[in-house]
Amino acid sequence: MAQGKGAKGTTPKLPRNYEVAPGLSRFSKARLFHKRGLYQKLQKASPAKPKSKEDKSKQYVVKPIGGDKNGKERRILAKKGSKITPVLTNVKNSVRRNPKKVPLRKSITPGTILILLAGRHRGKRVVFLKQLEKSGLLLVTGPMKLNAVPLRRVAQAFVIATKTKLDISKVQVPDHVNHDYFKKKSEKKSEKTDASIFAAGKSEYTVSDQRKADQKTVDSALLGVIRAHKDRKYLFGYLGSRFSLAKGQLPHNLVY
Amino acid sequence: MIYNKFVEVGRVAFIAKGKDQGKLAVLVNIIDGNRVLVDGPSTGVVLVDGPSTGVVRGVRNFKDLHLTKYKVPIRLGQRTKGVQEAFEKAGINEQWKNSLWAKKLEKRHIRSNLTDFERFKVLRAKQLRNRIIRTELGKLRKATKKTSAK
Repeated sequence: MAQGKGAKGTTPKLPRNYEVAPGLSRFSKARLFHKRGLYQKLQKASPAKPKSKEDKSKQYVVKPIGGDKNGKERRILAKKGSKITPVLTNVKNSVRRNPKKVPLRKSITPGTILILLAGRHRGKRVVFLKQLEKSGLLLVTGPMKLNAVPLRRVAQAFVIATKTKLDISKVQVPDHVNHDYFKKKSEKKSEKTDASIFAAGKSEYTVSDQRKADQKTVDSALLGVIRAHKDRKYLFGYLGSRFSLAKGQLPHNLVY
Repeated sequence: MIYNKFVEVGRVAFIAKGKDQGKLAVLVNIIDGNRVLVDGPSTGVVLVDGPSTGVVRGVRNFKDLHLTKYKVPIRLGQRTKGVQEAFEKAGINEQWKNSLWAKKLEKRHIRSNLTDFERFKVLRAKQLRNRIIRTELGKLRKATKKTSAK
């Protein structure tokens, strides 16, 4: 590194690490670690510090202070903590387990046809049944036969309400179809050993018989309503197709 | 360029911008190079939903007006009552409704207010019509092919 060009033959002593540009040093921390041979320090096992009971009493140092009304002495920590507090890396993000129920938009009433905007069913037109209690999510159904959308929960924010409404006063949604009905059943009671997680693999979701039964009751009633509708031929096609924007159509200008 | 629609007393104008947008009004008096006195007491030809009242007598800039081909025989500075009588006698409202201009405006208005379902129905109707046209065209093509092959 040192190129000796001194007249006396002495080589100028350059620092091991130097700044190449402002704030940019020639060698990184990792390189310097190896240059300085610090790995040798790690190889030696550090001797265990004996924990003595004297430590606690020696934590504080009692110092006398002047002044009449100052209590004569102060207890000062023998070892003060660092003035620079470290960056917190493991801040626990509190998960909102119970979200607030969002009030229903005026444009969404039972029987309204909604356009789903997100998720695997995006663009599909579905029928709104009711707003679920507790969570405030919307319960919708395809009907399944028309567009493969089952009885499903949907958040109000991810939905456009169209002006088309069906009369579903005669459609009875089973009472047990509520927030808990849709809750995911997780089997996390097994021990968290590596083998068990990878051996089990992903458990495939199978539709329960109850879901099928409920779907049937709701859909058969709904399809009856649609068949009785004046525009039933168009409605079948409408609910079976997806929404898309054409050239020149601006979403904020469209009437839905 | 040949101009056919002139700014003159009695010319019926379409208010394209500003207050009473979409209504017709009669030019009653010309104020200067930019402005007119306008009056439309019997022009309830309104596209925007609202109470169909006429145009109150007032000043408009030429920039907000589009001249129509209709003229009403009124005197300079004719009062509102006189304007109304002349307008109704000429039957301008009826003529305007039947004009292509007004029909285009109506179509535009309907199209912009179609709901999603209605748009779908229009789509289906268009597809059906085009299918019919294409099959007929196909038949014609076949017929010409046969005759040209002979």
